[in-house]
Amino acid sequence: MNTTDNIITGFDNFELKSDALSDIRSKAIDSFIKNGFPTTRHEEWKYTSVKDIAEKLSLTTKRASAGSLKESAVNELMFAGKDVTLLVFENGLFQESLSSPLPNDYIIKNLASVLNDAAVKQYLGKIAQSENESFVALNTAFVNDGVFIHVPAKKVVDKPVHILYVNSGSEPAITRNLVIAEPESSIQLFESYHSLDETCEGLSTNVTEVVVKRNGNVTWVKAQLENELTSQISFTQVEQEQDSRFSSTVFTTGGHLVRNNLHIRLNGTNSNAHMYGLYLLSGEQLCDNHTLVDHAMPHCESNELYKGVLGGKSTGVFNGKIFVRQDAQKTNAYQSNKNILLSDDAQMNTKPQLEIFADDVKCSHGTTTGQLDDEALFYLRARGIGEQSARTLLNIAFAADVLNHIELETLKHNLQSIAEEKLMHS
Amino acid sequence: MSQKPLLNISNLQAQIGDKSILKGLNLSVKPGEVHAIMGPNGSGKSTLASVLAGREDYEVTGGEVLFDGQDLLEMSPEDRARAGVFLAFQYPVEIPGVSNANFLKTAVNEVRKSKGLEPLDSKDFLALMKEKMKLVEMDRQMTSRSVNEGFSGGEKKRNEIFQMAMLEPKLAILDETDSGLDIDALRIVAGGVNALRDGNRSFLVITHYQRLLDYIVPDFVHVLYKGRIVRSGTKELALELEEKGYDWIKDEVEA
Ligand SMILES: Nc1ncnc2c1ncn2[C@@H]1O[C@H](COP(=O)(O)OP(=O)(O)OP(=O)(O)O)[C@@H](O)[C@H]1O
Ligand SMILES: [Mg+2]
Repeated sequence: MNTTDNIITGFDNFELKSDALSDIRSKAIDSFIKNGFPTTRHEEWKYTSVKDIAEKLSLTTKRASAGSLKESAVNELMFAGKDVTLLVFENGLFQESLSSPLPNDYIIKNLASVLNDAAVKQYLGKIAQSENESFVALNTAFVNDGVFIHVPAKKVVDKPVHILYVNSGSEPAITRNLVIAEPESSIQLFESYHSLDETCEGLSTNVTEVVVKRNGNVTWVKAQLENELTSQISFTQVEQEQDSRFSSTVFTTGGHLVRNNLHIRLNGTNSNAHMYGLYLLSGEQLCDNHTLVDHAMPHCESNELYKGVLGGKSTGVFNGKIFVRQDAQKTNAYQSNKNILLSDDAQMNTKPQLEIFADDVKCSHGTTTGQLDDEALFYLRARGIGEQSARTLLNIAFAADVLNHIELETLKHNLQSIAEEKLMHS
Repeated sequence: MSQKPLLNISNLQAQIGDKSILKGLNLSVKPGEVHAIMGPNGSGKSTLASVLAGREDYEVTGGEVLFDGQDLLEMSPEDRARAGVFLAFQYPVEIPGVSNANFLKTAVNEVRKSKGLEPLDSKDFLALMKEKMKLVEMDRQMTSRSVNEGFSGGEKKRNEIFQMAMLEPKLAILDETDSGLDIDALRIVAGGVNALRDGNRSFLVITHYQRLLDYIVPDFVHVLYKGRIVRSGTKELALELEEKGYDWIKDEVEA
């Protein structure tokens, strides 16, 4: 039996098959059956083979289990500080006892507990669609749990939310987030991914759907900090209405194979989106960022900066698409991807794709991939700084401007330290 | 009375690619001495400075350099700096993202570590910085900016002298530190250098202009031409060059 057949059998026996999501689950599995797993013959998956991931997913379609994660371990991972609304998941299952009390001045719940919520019914699976994305289809068919956030109109949520996902075993964690920010509301989210120890070969697939309504403001930081045996496939789809703001920062130091799709649709005038990314790779890590900004309406701005430092035999992929539709006059769209290769065996594959159908727009994109600046390195060494420290200092400087955009100070400093730690050993 | 030289260069030969640039250069500098090195464009002055500082683009094909009794050419750039060699660059590079203060703190503490000294804590480091900034009348906010980024030509040169003051080397090599400075900045920079002349610290001052030597009065003046020192004298030699140019020396050498 091939992997797709295994998935079909797995779905027939899946214990959540007939829950409140049964309709969208069965539609999703149909889409999956139609498309199957992508192979490297697909243009979008050219550098990223999901063969092993497909094997693993197809053999373990049972519900995951949990119970190894302890409070002491969680305390070590509070990178946005303690003053947060914390939701902890182990292998994709909500751990209420490890999470903080959930506030009730807006809706924030684990998804499995609110499947009958009207907004969940309205939006889940409608923002991120399964038709052409096999991993979205699989996630939708087999989803266990995740986070549902619904911020009412005009509500400004002060306390940041930390969604903490930990893999403790080898079962796939299949999680889903749905965030709806009603008009003039605002919220800051931090999502982090971890492995319980250095030996678990985990796998996460996550789909996140975000709707930012008129004049809403959502900032999102995703930190992928798993061990180097764990893989992750994540797909984020954002819909922005008029005058809204969305900012995302994707920070990747961990993982064996990490694939991130971040798709933003600017669906109302005068909205803006910021997309920052930083990947620091070593060993045999692979990190593949696919981003898409769809400028559907006039007077919007998108600004994208992705940077990478690649050592060892690591591979990076950046594919940045910008669509500017015919109606989207006065669009400003900027994209930049910059990389440093620390070794001859590291490689970076960058592909910007601009498709512009409006005539009155400002668009720019630029990519660079190179080595550390020898002149700068010599300058530092000529002042007595050892070669290794000098390299680290320059790499940290290169990476700094991505993390500098993070507004939460504690989080920024902690991620900077993690970046420095990684670069010190690259 | 013969004192041991701090720097002793004998028959130094260096090339880049297959182009030979230094062709048997001899120079001896004793502690506390100031030597000016002049010479036409392209004669090898910056090459000499780079070779002494340890830039790897240049291949040393012959000769010997002793610094403080050690074989300088065997040492890494950082070890040379730690041993007390300082090069004020002709073209200081910009390093976005690395703040001047952070950079200097790392440098000062690595140099201290090599001498078995405790690192300076933030308070002591700030105090040291404040004191040395005064020396070159450097603006406070320049230290929080990235190294040389967006600095004017003159600010970059001033920053080099500031770094020299912070690192307190035994030998400072100033490569055209006067070029690009306005008259006031020239006076400030020269004042900074003179303040660091303590009878032990030595200087190699590379310059095209006699004017700088009015401020930093050298003990010796050398003319570097086609990779060799072809003439040495006292400060009067610089005046003579200012007046007559290099042709007479070139003629003598070619003859
Ligand atoms: N990286 C290089 N590649 C090729 N040639 C070089 C390189 N660096 C220096 N040279 C050559 O070596 C020679 C000496 O250069 P150097 O910079 O040492 O001269 P200089 O005396 O400092 O000149 P200036 O007074 O103009 O600063 C020049 O002919 C120069 O073109
Ligand atoms: Mg020069």
